[in-house]
Amino acid sequence: MTAVTAALPARATRPRHLAGTGALLRLALRRDRLLIPAWVLALGLSVAGMGASFEAVYDTAAQRAGLAASMNHNGSMRALYGPVFSDSVGGLVAWRMAGFGAVLAAVMSLLIVVRHTREEEETGRQELLSAAMVGRRAPLTAALLTALLANALLAALIAGGSVLSGRPAAGSLALGLALGGTGTLFAALTAVAAQLTESARLAKGLTGSVLGLAFAVRAAGDAATAGSGSPLTWASPIGWSENLRPYAGERWWILLLFLAATALAASAAYVLTARRDLGMSFLPARPGPAVAPRSLSGPFGLAWRLQRTTLLGWTGGFLGAGALFGGIAKGAADLVGGNRQTREIVERMGGQQGLTEAFLATMTGLLGMVAALYAAGAVLRLRLRGEETGERAEPVLAGAVGRLRWAGSHLALAYGGTVVILAAGGLALGLTYGLSVDDPGGQLGPVLAAALSQVPAVWTLTGLAVLVFGLLPKATPAVWALVGGCLALGWLGPSLKLPAWAMNLSPYSHLPKLPGADATAAPFLWLLALSALFAAVGLAGVRRRDLG
Amino acid sequence: MTTAMTSAPAIRVDGLHKSFGRTHALDGLDLRVAAGEVHGFLGPNGAGKSTTLRVLLGLLRADGGTARLLGKDPWQDAVELHRRIAYVPGDVTLWRNLSGGEVIDLYGRLRGGLDAARRAELLERFELDPTKKGRTYSKGNRQKVALVAAFASAPEVELLILDEPTSGLDPLMEEVFQSCVAEERDRGRTVLLSSHVLSEVEALCDRVSIIRKGRTVESGSLGELRHLTRTSVTAELTGPPNGLATLPGVHGLSSRPLPGSQGHRVRLQVDTDKLDAVLRSLGTSGVRSLISTPPTLEELFLRHYQDDAHADGAVAR
Repeated sequence: MTAVTAALPARATRPRHLAGTGALLRLALRRDRLLIPAWVLALGLSVAGMGASFEAVYDTAAQRAGLAASMNHNGSMRALYGPVFSDSVGGLVAWRMAGFGAVLAAVMSLLIVVRHTREEEETGRQELLSAAMVGRRAPLTAALLTALLANALLAALIAGGSVLSGRPAAGSLALGLALGGTGTLFAALTAVAAQLTESARLAKGLTGSVLGLAFAVRAAGDAATAGSGSPLTWASPIGWSENLRPYAGERWWILLLFLAATALAASAAYVLTARRDLGMSFLPARPGPAVAPRSLSGPFGLAWRLQRTTLLGWTGGFLGAGALFGGIAKGAADLVGGNRQTREIVERMGGQQGLTEAFLATMTGLLGMVAALYAAGAVLRLRLRGEETGERAEPVLAGAVGRLRWAGSHLALAYGGTVVILAAGGLALGLTYGLSVDDPGGQLGPVLAAALSQVPAVWTLTGLAVLVFGLLPKATPAVWALVGGCLALGWLGPSLKLPAWAMNLSPYSHLPKLPGADATAAPFLWLLALSALFAAVGLAGVRRRDLG
Repeated sequence: MTTAMTSAPAIRVDGLHKSFGRTHALDGLDLRVAAGEVHGFLGPNGAGKSTTLRVLLGLLRADGGTARLLGKDPWQDAVELHRRIAYVPGDVTLWRNLSGGEVIDLYGRLRGGLDAARRAELLERFELDPTKKGRTYSKGNRQKVALVAAFASAPEVELLILDEPTSGLDPLMEEVFQSCVAEERDRGRTVLLSSHVLSEVEALCDRVSIIRKGRTVESGSLGELRHLTRTSVTAELTGPPNGLATLPGVHGLSSRPLPGSQGHRVRLQVDTDKLDAVLRSLGTSGVRSLISTPPTLEELFLRHYQDDAHADGAVAR
């Protein structure tokens, strides 16, 4: 035997680390046949189509120049979007999307890569695959290729779509590559995180934190330096995306930065993956307590234990967003005040009592819509339905726990959590805005009340989600579409000039624009009643239907 | 039938029906489990065992028929009943960020409390580390988490429903499991045990029910079930066999002369309730040696499981 091995040339015994990559890639594409097109189309089309709305609002070069000048002059707006490098329509699209679009592309890559690496190992599916003719580096390679393909499609769609809408070809290509490049880089960074952590959730959290940090560093850099070229923006991949300057004298060499960083991160991931065992990680899991604390003694204790981190994260996010919005509110009003059309738009969308109030109302409305993602999405769809389909609900319900108590425990966190995160957002918004106008005492109350006025609308959507969960449990993923539909109506409806009946489909359309507008109790009571009705019917369904 | 049946049964199921779309998972299933017995619940994969158990737990609602658990309705009185029931599924899924010890306590508290001393003893016997997080347990260790919670449950628990509880356990742990079930019976608890491990069923169960295609095909003590099947007999006779072939209940008779003597070797299978006549007949020929093998549990089940396969074949054709 040894003689035979020695006689063979070295090539024949070389391990085939990439064997099976093609099969795994096809598997990944098959599994992502809805996920990737949905992300690419939604993100690509909104970037490519955004030019039209700029053309509609700022139809002369002078107006666009005015917008660019005032945006570049305003530190808080630079923090949010970055500087405007060109006042052409394309330049404005790039200004608005080079940062935000890059963040979204990074989120897409993060989801794809974790899904096909750490999540596969965590669920034990990878074990079965790796026991077949699958090389050690094949799973990582297939995941990275899947993300690369998605980002390439995104770049092509943005470039092609922008050219078709009449934008210059070079800038369109640069914008597509800026987003696709950031996405690809974050795919490689996610691959590193997936080697370090033991759970898919942690891997997502870790990459998400890096992404948040990258955005914050870029925002700090842009806020600090007027015009262009703060050194801090070069420390962040999101900064690279805007520094590529699509439609404003493209700096093509920045693509080499993306390429080098991606290669570096991917190499690190490959080195790490070669040094660890399947399913193992570099950040080891800590042991837990041998006995359960008092608090973990019923369905509510369990729901709280499972969801407290999520709620904490959302509360932190809302505090941060509220502080950011509050910090730029004064400046934002100064800014739109200079442009007649924008002022009209903000007035139409926002409130009647002045631009700052309109801006604050728009921001509380935004917080309200995002809160629905927490209540209906994170709690109901992911947790409650996830417990049921993941067979973790079964042993709980085999205890002396009624179905209403089980579902109610999770829903209490959805309904109560909505109030908590909106209060956090309103508090931060009111305080920072109040401090910026030297009137924290006078501003905090109305702004907090405005944020909390969103609660009935969020609860209505949550009630609708309970209804779906109770009567059509298999359709529970459609909850995302319900929430997404209301968000789209709120954001795009006014500029698309949709008829009133269509706008009225969204519970948010029935809320008065606070602060500023006159509030009557009627719409709140109607929404609360509707929410209670939906939830009651849904819970009646939960009591009657088969579980599992 | 037996004395056990005269007391109020712990589980009484009559003509249970349950469909999922066009699939008839349960098609008139009957089940009687006497209080205080360990009852084996057997059947091939897809026969409807887990569906039955989930109806008994009130997770699924039956389309027809009646089910009574400890004298109550499993759907209407679910919460009240579950205080008196401990359940172990065949595939235990844990929350990844809760430790095993936390989950054991949680399950216990959801029922009516845990016996702390028994919990500690069981952790020792099952060699389970309660500080590990849910995601790091192997399949067998996840089963142990649910088993410890069930066996350590407070005295209010009268009925244990175990759905293939030992999948993934090693033979040593299988032995611990069997001694635990025996202890539970001694404490007066009723156990409904669904299992494919026939040695486990043979060692533990007072009575068994075999189901197939959502219907009960056989129910009784192992002795009674054996009675319904055939015994294999091999005998060396000093003379030629007398009229064995004409006896009722004799199957697969073969007889050949032994070289160098007058004797014959006879092999046959006989319906167990006709064994007596066969032995008399053999006696008239002079018995030199006799081996009589009762049907093994495997043969018993294979007969039913294979019938099932044949029935499927017939339908397909």
